[in-house]
Amino acid sequence: MSRAGRIARRSFLVAAASVAGGAAFGYWQYRRDPANPLAAGEGEAVFNPWVVVRADGVTVITPRAEMGQGAQTTLAALVAEEMDLGWDQVRAEHGPAAAAYYNGFLGEAGLPFPDYADKSAMQEAAQDFFGAVAKLTGLQVTGGSSSVRDGFDRMRAAGATARAMLVRAAADRLGIDAASLKTEAGAVIAPDGSAITYGDLATEAAALDPPRDVAPKPRADWRLLGHDLPRLDMAAKATGTAGFGIDVRLPGMVHAAVRANPVLGAEIERFDAAEAKAMPGVHKVLDIGGAVAVIAADTWTAMRAAESIAITSAPAPYPEDTEAIFAKIAAAFGEAPNDTLRNDGGGADALTGEVIEAEYRVPYLAHACMEPMNATALLDGGQLTIWTGNQAPTLIRDRAAGLAGLDRDNVTVVTPFLGGGFGRRGEFDAAIQAVKIAMAVPGTPVKLTWSREEDMRHDFYRPAAIARMAGVMGRDTPEAFSARIAAPSVNRAASRRILGFAPPGPDRLLTEGAFDQPYHIPHHHVAGHIADVDVPVGFWRSVGNSHNAFFNECFLDELAQSKGLDPVAMRLRMLAAEHAPSAAVMERAAQMAGWGRPRPAGRALGAAFCYSFGSPVAQIVEVADEDGRIRIARVWAAVDVGTALDRRNIEAQVVSGIVYGLSAAVMGEITFAGGEVEQFNFPDYDGLRMHQMPAVEVAVLEANATMGGVGEIGTPPAAPALANAVFALTGKRVRTLPLWHHVDFV
Amino acid sequence: MELSINGRTHRVEADPEMPLLWVLRDLIGLTGTKYGCGIAACGACTVHVDGVAERACQLPVGDLEGARIVTVEGLGTPGALHAVQAAWVAHQVAQCGYCQSGQIMQAAALLADTPDPTDAEIDAAMSGNLCRCGTYPRIRAAIHDAAARLRGA
Repeated sequence: MSRAGRIARRSFLVAAASVAGGAAFGYWQYRRDPANPLAAGEGEAVFNPWVVVRADGVTVITPRAEMGQGAQTTLAALVAEEMDLGWDQVRAEHGPAAAAYYNGFLGEAGLPFPDYADKSAMQEAAQDFFGAVAKLTGLQVTGGSSSVRDGFDRMRAAGATARAMLVRAAADRLGIDAASLKTEAGAVIAPDGSAITYGDLATEAAALDPPRDVAPKPRADWRLLGHDLPRLDMAAKATGTAGFGIDVRLPGMVHAAVRANPVLGAEIERFDAAEAKAMPGVHKVLDIGGAVAVIAADTWTAMRAAESIAITSAPAPYPEDTEAIFAKIAAAFGEAPNDTLRNDGGGADALTGEVIEAEYRVPYLAHACMEPMNATALLDGGQLTIWTGNQAPTLIRDRAAGLAGLDRDNVTVVTPFLGGGFGRRGEFDAAIQAVKIAMAVPGTPVKLTWSREEDMRHDFYRPAAIARMAGVMGRDTPEAFSARIAAPSVNRAASRRILGFAPPGPDRLLTEGAFDQPYHIPHHHVAGHIADVDVPVGFWRSVGNSHNAFFNECFLDELAQSKGLDPVAMRLRMLAAEHAPSAAVMERAAQMAGWGRPRPAGRALGAAFCYSFGSPVAQIVEVADEDGRIRIARVWAAVDVGTALDRRNIEAQVVSGIVYGLSAAVMGEITFAGGEVEQFNFPDYDGLRMHQMPAVEVAVLEANATMGGVGEIGTPPAAPALANAVFALTGKRVRTLPLWHHVDFV
Repeated sequence: MELSINGRTHRVEADPEMPLLWVLRDLIGLTGTKYGCGIAACGACTVHVDGVAERACQLPVGDLEGARIVTVEGLGTPGALHAVQAAWVAHQVAQCGYCQSGQIMQAAALLADTPDPTDAEIDAAMSGNLCRCGTYPRIRAAIHDAAARLRGA
């Protein structure tokens, strides 16, 4: 169902340029509310971009996509709480691509400040500025563990405003004072106890002027928020009735598959599609630039035909094999750093005396969402509709409009459920391919489905990275600590894809998880060296934190062990001096694990910590020796999210983040030979399975001053906690992932 | 050819080599059964064939005439959940949900053979079903719960 109405939208680039060129215009635009993109359907009343009331309940339009993280449920609960709805009266739908659904929080993710610290005036100003830019540009992105943090105030305001309008309408109808009315279970209750349902009041209420001064409920009055709510998508997902992008079916639809150049980003010099064209059921073979597409009667035929196409590629724009790629990354250390976001107390100059040094490496990683990339497109009579599970609908809309030569008001993006995202579905590559294919068959809907092999071999990978660590120990904590990190820049690669250029300046993502950690170290130096390697890279669950926590936390253990110190006790001293809630999660995880108590023979613990997306997280991993193979037996995690809106869902997300991190740490790697990715399918790039899954316990704390993110925070500490546990069990310090090259796992 | 799916007879015209997965999804429109890997490595396409859990991506449809095929849609519906599905809802198992049709079909087949599985039996039966969201602890809990529900029923 399309809810997109007509709104005047400026293009992303024009609007961005306006901010840079004229503050007055930007201010004016920022002060205006973006237009409501919703048009009321039959029997509906639209209150604002987030609230639609029907006779049988309320549909909350969620500005962020449901990709497993449960955000749709919590965002709907923010509205339902303020409207005093029964939970069974609430439905949720993804919003269309529209400026009203901008993510005002995301700009903060790029700011070069550690966010655990008290905010300086400059930091506040920068955050306000980026919030304004996000609103102005209407950038609608699900990512950065920001959905609920971004929605917390706006969704509650949307619900509270709608409730006030419904109460006003009831007061007008009854001719009594609005203050004498209450609301309960989706109805306004009169002083005599009689109820008027929201559905009954909806049309007249939605026509009223929305009040501007409605305050949200105090936390003490919450009935839904702060409680474990059944997810709105659960029954559908347990019965095969949840609609994912790959499930879209339209009358007259044809099916497509692609064979993209296995040499990433290179030109296709020629291709041979004779075998494909001869297959029964194949309708068309198309050169869509960088890939060859097959349109066929069914997906099976399209995929087999695509697979049969032989491609002759121009040379790769990057070194052809893994070792040469790492050599190029290492060469970045020979250049001046792009940025040094931490340089306390003279930084690296203090590395004198007994200096301990180590080099760490991590590989490229794929996202490997369970649902392979796919998109359905229909170009019909100057209207383009795209159905695709995505994390960035406005980017897809704008890019597709440019490609099809349409005004973006004539492009509709429909977002079904996402079968995993993890950052992969913030890209628009599959959607754009589908549009190109649809342009070749106007009037016919076409569904493009990537094979697993295409998905694995044409990702925007988590970049490989190398860290050169150095430290000098003081009596019981490090006196000097230096992390130099070299990796291709996700920030620059994504900026080039989205904006067409890479803005200069610091690259927070390159050293996040290292420079921004709340450790007290007198001489603390973190530098980022951008390596110029053109393998496509992108946002992978927790981004830079995913490698930097591994470097930082393993090396901290090395420093502690050099003095025979307990690594948890050392961390506690360093954290307590800087940020109490961070020390508290470390202490809590250690307590849960029984850290410091003797373990049975053949078992050992490892610890790690990372402050990411506004939440401090500590993890302890227990490994067990099973006949010479290692079992990841248990994980204890303590997280502080500031305000916990749904603990059961937070627990699920932390466990999920841990599994994602452990899977990569144990077995995840994307390698290259002859310019092509060497992994094809799950046997080459797997995740933990049921029999490898540790028991996980999660404690959710609420001492941090601000609300933290949830979806990514479990991932960063998982790899270092495991590697530290492996060291404790085997005495083997593994500095290169994945671990299974060095030790055997169950 | 004629196929018996979820107790109904479906007449389809298909290459006998076409895997059941694509017959279900593209020709019949039963999209609850998911494509994940195409090589029986992830379990997302698990269905029951004569009561046995099978990977639909590996079953040429030509071999299935006369077989009794059940997909996730035939196990239960949102209004009439199977015990396994009810346990999935009670334990709030799904995250992205894409692998869960296959997990549920695999679990239902396990419980049909092994009414009270141990953790080791759950490991053995479920390790072919990949979940990238990492819902395994809740899957395990839901299987134990579903076992109790089925024994009680």
